[in-house]
Amino acid sequence: MAKKTMIKAITDALDQELANDDKMLIFGEDVGKNGGVFRATDGLQAKYGEDRVFDTPLAESGIGGLSIGLALQGWRPVPEIQFFGFVFEVMDSIGGQMSRTRYRMDGSRNLPITIRAPFGGGVHTPELHSDSLEGLVAQFPGIRVVVPSNPYDAKGLLISAIRSNDPVLYLEHMKLYRSFREEVPDESYTVPLDQAAVAREGNDVTIVTYGAMVRESLTAADALAKDNISAEVIDLRTIAPLDTKTILASLKKTGRVVLVQEAQKQAGVGGQIAAEIAENGILYLKAPIARVAAPDTPYPFGEAEQDWLPNSDDIVAAVKQVSEFN
Amino acid sequence: MSQIDFEAILAAENSFSELQVLDENGQVVNKDLLPDLSDDQLTELMSQMVWSRTLDTQATKLNRQGRLGFYAPTAGEEASQLASNYAMKADDFLLPGYRDVPQLLRHGLTLTQSFLWSRGHAAGNHYPAELQALPPQIIIGAQYVQAAGIALGIKKNKSGQVAYVYTGDGGTSQGDFYEGVNFAGAFKAPAIFVVQNNGFAISVPRKKQTAAPTLAQKAAAAGIPGVQVDGMDALAVYSVMKAAREYTAAGNGPVLIETLTYRYGPHTLSGDDPKRYRTKELDDLWKKRDPLTRMRAYLTAKDLWSEDKENAVVEQAKEEIKQAIAEADATPKQKVSSFLENTFEVQPQNIQQQVADFKTKEAANNG
Repeated sequence: MAKKTMIKAITDALDQELANDDKMLIFGEDVGKNGGVFRATDGLQAKYGEDRVFDTPLAESGIGGLSIGLALQGWRPVPEIQFFGFVFEVMDSIGGQMSRTRYRMDGSRNLPITIRAPFGGGVHTPELHSDSLEGLVAQFPGIRVVVPSNPYDAKGLLISAIRSNDPVLYLEHMKLYRSFREEVPDESYTVPLDQAAVAREGNDVTIVTYGAMVRESLTAADALAKDNISAEVIDLRTIAPLDTKTILASLKKTGRVVLVQEAQKQAGVGGQIAAEIAENGILYLKAPIARVAAPDTPYPFGEAEQDWLPNSDDIVAAVKQVSEFN
Repeated sequence: MSQIDFEAILAAENSFSELQVLDENGQVVNKDLLPDLSDDQLTELMSQMVWSRTLDTQATKLNRQGRLGFYAPTAGEEASQLASNYAMKADDFLLPGYRDVPQLLRHGLTLTQSFLWSRGHAAGNHYPAELQALPPQIIIGAQYVQAAGIALGIKKNKSGQVAYVYTGDGGTSQGDFYEGVNFAGAFKAPAIFVVQNNGFAISVPRKKQTAAPTLAQKAAAAGIPGVQVDGMDALAVYSVMKAAREYTAAGNGPVLIETLTYRYGPHTLSGDDPKRYRTKELDDLWKKRDPLTRMRAYLTAKDLWSEDKENAVVEQAKEEIKQAIAEADATPKQKVSSFLENTFEVQPQNIQQQVADFKTKEAANNG
């Protein structure tokens, strides 16, 4: 056990799964000798060889097709899309092909692919690096979308994703890579897919969130505690398909809910969660659902990030609004 | 005057020629390229082409009767499709486009399943583990990038297989076309990329796709060999494909093959009318080049083919088609609960709930 950053936890997971399963492959742009643009695959090519960890030509769609073909030949691909803003180039491979292959082949083939991709704001990247596009891929039946919020979950969820015979999009928030350390076991372990976590227990209001907004929500919950508002924070972890049961169980207890995402209000998965609550939990509600999300513009120019991205103050305000509703 | 002679550069880049073995009368015009096929093999290949032509005629009728669904006609492309497939091995991996059902049938898909695929039934795509193929790909170009992956997987597995994949002339304009050949080239992976150039992508003539005078020369952009072959000439297609297979299986990297061919029918039977964009003169010109006519002449001269033999193949095809349609008719209706169960190996809670809901509904409907 040692304190590790999220990026270290991710590298550990990749390392241990490469050792655990000799069919696992890592490939992408600059993931080999260079060790990845964030060092997520640092040292892995040296340790496992170029047959297992290798660079590809610069073409995301080709990487998607390569993954599908390799998976059908019995390999377990863990490709990387350098930044998730580049997902548009590979949208057919993800949404048109790999998410549907098991279904279209009547269950006769599986595609055990885990696509890793960094995203997320707060680190002043150039255009189309930080966009939260998880809402797009969350709409494809047949693929899971996983977004860890901390080093412990990052490792356990990634190992689960790699071992899954269903395709997984594993989205890594860039701001979380090195912003804090946490106790992470050295040995291999899994965190289950499809299950949200209660990141903080509370009784007055439920905050449902994921990714970097989990930390903001926990900060907000600390502030709210000083005002005697007890907030329960749900970290979705798998954002598609949703763990609706955990959300509803919390809502049943608190009666109030704030949905928090970094994506624009018209994007992300907040709308989907609101609809699930409206369908299955409306009688638990003591106040209307509130949403904290980014404005409906394209992702901001670097210098404007702090004005644009949702933060703990926005969450505190939203929680107070639903708490005061009678 | 420029110091760089662009016209000379262009002329060098465009120096591709079409390979041929049989002329339109079935005469051998290139002995060097004549394939080493036994009499039985020659007869078998001819039988496959006649069988496929019969299937096309019957499938068109069945579609008109509403007994088949999506269907992309194949008449005219028998040499391109069947002779290329004939050069491959049973365990090579086939990635077909939506017009490439004849190759799939020869590679092991049952006729009944191909009819179910046409109708839109999941059972048509339930491939046994030993069937080294994917269902016909609808997204033009996607099969190309996937072929690069299959080929790299084969290379890593050292299985000695080869991946082979088909697209049309229009498909060469796609990004995935280029990425597929380029990836396979960069990884030196065992793949054969076939471009069946039938002159039209629905209504758009080949010349509107690209200024390149051949499609084979697009291989140069990937640094791999490209070959253009008479796609109405079964022996030329077979020879080129077989040579490509040997070359790529030996670890030399992929090959691109352009077959010059024609479809006598419409693009698909989903409402396309070729009279809008094709002349009778053009149709007649290509019918003179018919792949069956010239193989028939060649084999008849060798005393390997006769009207009786041909009629026997046609009758057998019709009988098999009749049986397969009956089997397709008898296939149980699809269930939404099965679709849900096939979407993931491990079901998340939304799927579990919907499976339960649909099973209840399906039980009520049956009761």
